[in-house]
Amino acid sequence: MALDDDVDRGTVATTEGSGSGGRAPRPRPARAPGERSLAASPSTWFVWAGMAAFLVLLLGILVAVVVDSFGRGWFRTWLPPEWTTDWYSGAWDRFDLTHVVGVTVGVAVTVVVLSVLIGVPAAYLLARRSFPGKRLVNVLFLLPILMPPITFGIPLATVMYAFGLGRSVIAVILVNLVPSVPFVILTMTPFIEQINPAIESAARMCGAGIRQVFTRVLAPLLVPGILAAAILVLVRTVGMFELTFLVSGPQSDTLVVAIYRAMTSAGGGEARQLISAMAVIYTTTMLAMLVVALRFVNPTQLVAQVKDARDD
Amino acid sequence: MSTAPTASGHRTPDRRAPRSTASLRHRLAERGVDSSLWLMVPALVFALALFVYPFSYGIGLTFQPSLAAQERWGGGVLANYVAFFRDPFVFDSVWITMRLALPAALFNVIASIPVALVLRRRFRGKRLMTSVLVLPITLGTVLTAQGLLIFAGRQGWLNRFLMAAGLVDEPLQLVNNYVGVMLSLIITGFPFAFLLVSSYLSGIDPSLESAARTLGAGWWQRFRRITMPLLAPGLATTFILTFVLAFSVFPSARLVGDAMGSTRVMSLMAFRAFGEQNDYPMASTIALMMGVVELAVVALVLAWRALLYKGSTGGKG
Repeated sequence: MALDDDVDRGTVATTEGSGSGGRAPRPRPARAPGERSLAASPSTWFVWAGMAAFLVLLLGILVAVVVDSFGRGWFRTWLPPEWTTDWYSGAWDRFDLTHVVGVTVGVAVTVVVLSVLIGVPAAYLLARRSFPGKRLVNVLFLLPILMPPITFGIPLATVMYAFGLGRSVIAVILVNLVPSVPFVILTMTPFIEQINPAIESAARMCGAGIRQVFTRVLAPLLVPGILAAAILVLVRTVGMFELTFLVSGPQSDTLVVAIYRAMTSAGGGEARQLISAMAVIYTTTMLAMLVVALRFVNPTQLVAQVKDARDD
Repeated sequence: MSTAPTASGHRTPDRRAPRSTASLRHRLAERGVDSSLWLMVPALVFALALFVYPFSYGIGLTFQPSLAAQERWGGGVLANYVAFFRDPFVFDSVWITMRLALPAALFNVIASIPVALVLRRRFRGKRLMTSVLVLPITLGTVLTAQGLLIFAGRQGWLNRFLMAAGLVDEPLQLVNNYVGVMLSLIITGFPFAFLLVSSYLSGIDPSLESAARTLGAGWWQRFRRITMPLLAPGLATTFILTFVLAFSVFPSARLVGDAMGSTRVMSLMAFRAFGEQNDYPMASTIALMMGVVELAVVALVLAWRALLYKGSTGGKG
């Protein structure tokens, strides 16, 4: 395991001042307080080796797709013999990506706006108030996140087709709202709990109605949380495959679904490089969004209020 | 709360009736029912219209089997369920899904503990390292599948390297089978598990461990007696969330797996009934059973989690 001596040597040295006073005697090189050993123990090396293997696999996958999307005639060699950007223009025309990207962005933005509008007020109530049936409501909002998407997706898609909404953009938006609204509620509730209720009480005492409390007091305080939730919903919606796939058609495919359809289309699928080019476009978009997201929010803070480790 | 002035405003004409409504309102407000509950209405309408109604409709649908299913499997209105349990082609997919999802989720959770512990320290490039580990979230299952096909395929860099290094004689079969799906589940699931575990870990007050150390505990004792008990509920939650992700694996099972063989997972079967056979009742049945199986595992883990320590971990502000 990794929790060897080295993990905490820094902490102890810095917090207790003088290194090894009064602890179980263990052979250890003499070292000034706060100094670290350069040679890590075998268990640490094992962890680093595992991480290195993971990274090699990851980078291999990423680089292979990028190289593939720029290469021509790459079969039995280490690198493609020729380089080209034709696959990008080819994929763009072949799959009408202008339309696909337009649908993807439109759906994602609509889902974000709607789920924030629906989710934030509900999160406010769940964070602040107790009322009869609160536990039931909590479970109701937790279920869509805990269940596999297919489980509620297939009945939902059946209903959509029954209402004649199948293969339409509206259906794609509605279906994506199902996990997004609970997700907003789940991420916003801790954010709201952090805000001191005395601020709202003061506003109420000064005569503000509940709407004014929302627009003048809470909304400005909640902007970071709303941004975080919005961007996470955006990323989830763009990446959501299962639900979109169940209800979308040629005119309402988002980018992921379009790539999947291209990979599995009858007759062996499309040229591999076209798909690679599409996949690179997809990943670049996602990466850009995630970078923006990480500027606003530290993902580890979504789960628990973090008190920084001392050696952090 | 905001209704109080109107209630008192009505008091002058008649004394009895308004007082009773005011007190009813008051009593309701005491129990938490007042006009601000309207804020919940959009979310409730949404949940009822898009989740509860379709879901109950789907459950109803499972009891309306197609004529073909009734003739083939018997059982009247329960024909779909009979088909699910009797048809080995469908029922085996439960075990196939479990064989993929359980090991993948377990591996992701267990592997992220040491990594999170190591990355808790301060060192140069820590932020970069964390970002790189989180990177696969942006890849999505589809690019991961495409990348695995190219990188780990028979002609791919991985096999070329292994052969050039003389480690293997002929290319390893790493895609279009169980291994491929497992790799893709680890690549997409590990960053997620790592993020959660490290956030739970950072919620544990480091002074607890320092105290244990001062009292003479070795690293194993500190890990076993301090860190692990505090981390275990978080690990259970992480396991549930990664399991949910891995359980509903669908694109990768089709793209890098062996869709009709060793990776014939439940979601593939459900979609086959839905999209290819247009047998909506059977599709709903499989989807419902998927939920039942998954929630059974989740409930087991939650029951185990309820036995664990639930108090403060010292780190929550």
